[in-house]
Amino acid sequence: MNCKGVIREISNYIDGDLDPVVKQELERHLEHCEDCTMIVDQTRKSIKVLCDSRPVSLSAEVRARLHAALRRKIDHNAS
Amino acid sequence: MFGVIFARETGFGVMVGRALYPVSAPKPHALPSTVVRDDEPLLVDSARSGNTSAFEELVARYEDKIFRLTSNITGNREDAEDAMQDAFLKAYAHLKDFHGESRFYTWLVRIAANEALMRLRKRRPNHFSLDQPIEGDSDLMPRELEEWSPNPEQLYAKSEIDNIVSAFVSQLEDDYRIVLVLRDVEELSTQETANALGISLSAVKSRLLRARLKLREKLSRHFRQGALN
Ligand SMILES: [Zn+2]
Repeated sequence: MNCKGVIREISNYIDGDLDPVVKQELERHLEHCEDCTMIVDQTRKSIKVLCDSRPVSLSAEVRARLHAALRRKIDHNAS
Repeated sequence: MFGVIFARETGFGVMVGRALYPVSAPKPHALPSTVVRDDEPLLVDSARSGNTSAFEELVARYEDKIFRLTSNITGNREDAEDAMQDAFLKAYAHLKDFHGESRFYTWLVRIAANEALMRLRKRRPNHFSLDQPIEGDSDLMPRELEEWSPNPEQLYAKSEIDNIVSAFVSQLEDDYRIVLVLRDVEELSTQETANALGISLSAVKSRLLRARLKLREKLSRHFRQGALN
């Protein structure tokens, strides 16, 4: 496998979603290619950063509107 | 085509100056641990049997996250608020159809993603396709081949990193953004992402690959050694 092959499979590799033979070829490439190793490592870290990002809290106004709409729906269903 | 960019490729047995990163087996991108709390199934059961305060507790637990999702997909505040609200109302109306074949949150994400997509499509008719094959792979060529600072987290406050990430997401092409958000923010599996969007697994994977590579490039500009100097 060459560098381009690694990049093409990098996402599947990080997801643990590679055929064992392909995975082995990819890892054999990583053993001697520091650029690909760095890209794999940084891509994995990038996904973690994205995954760890926190949502901003709803504004009090939007939250109040949501819960009021929900209440109306619940009361409507109950009657 | 990588020839130029990877000119430093060493081949077997030849090493250049920099230390090699350790090659470790990848941990498969983990599924939610943060999202689901232990009492969720109980709460969902209770809501399904008519306990409305249990449902309201579920809403309170996920409203911020669902709003982030609808914001990330629509890129428009008004649409995001409407989509979020309608998603919870729909979830309430269809609670009886949820039989626990997926996690409750995944089910909710699916409903909210649909509400958000509907609104995005209304604003941009014919502007994006989620399942058209992506031609060629010249766009895969990595740029930004610089090592990162050993601890990028120490360069920035958490809120700054969140801002960088959120700006990146909002600037991404529609189809890449939608797939990336479902997979790597909401932590749906690739199959769940494909199901939620009604597209093939390969359409998900080709977009996810490109979106993740772009994310790395964007973060590299911030996280490379000496980025702040
Ligand atoms: Zn390589």
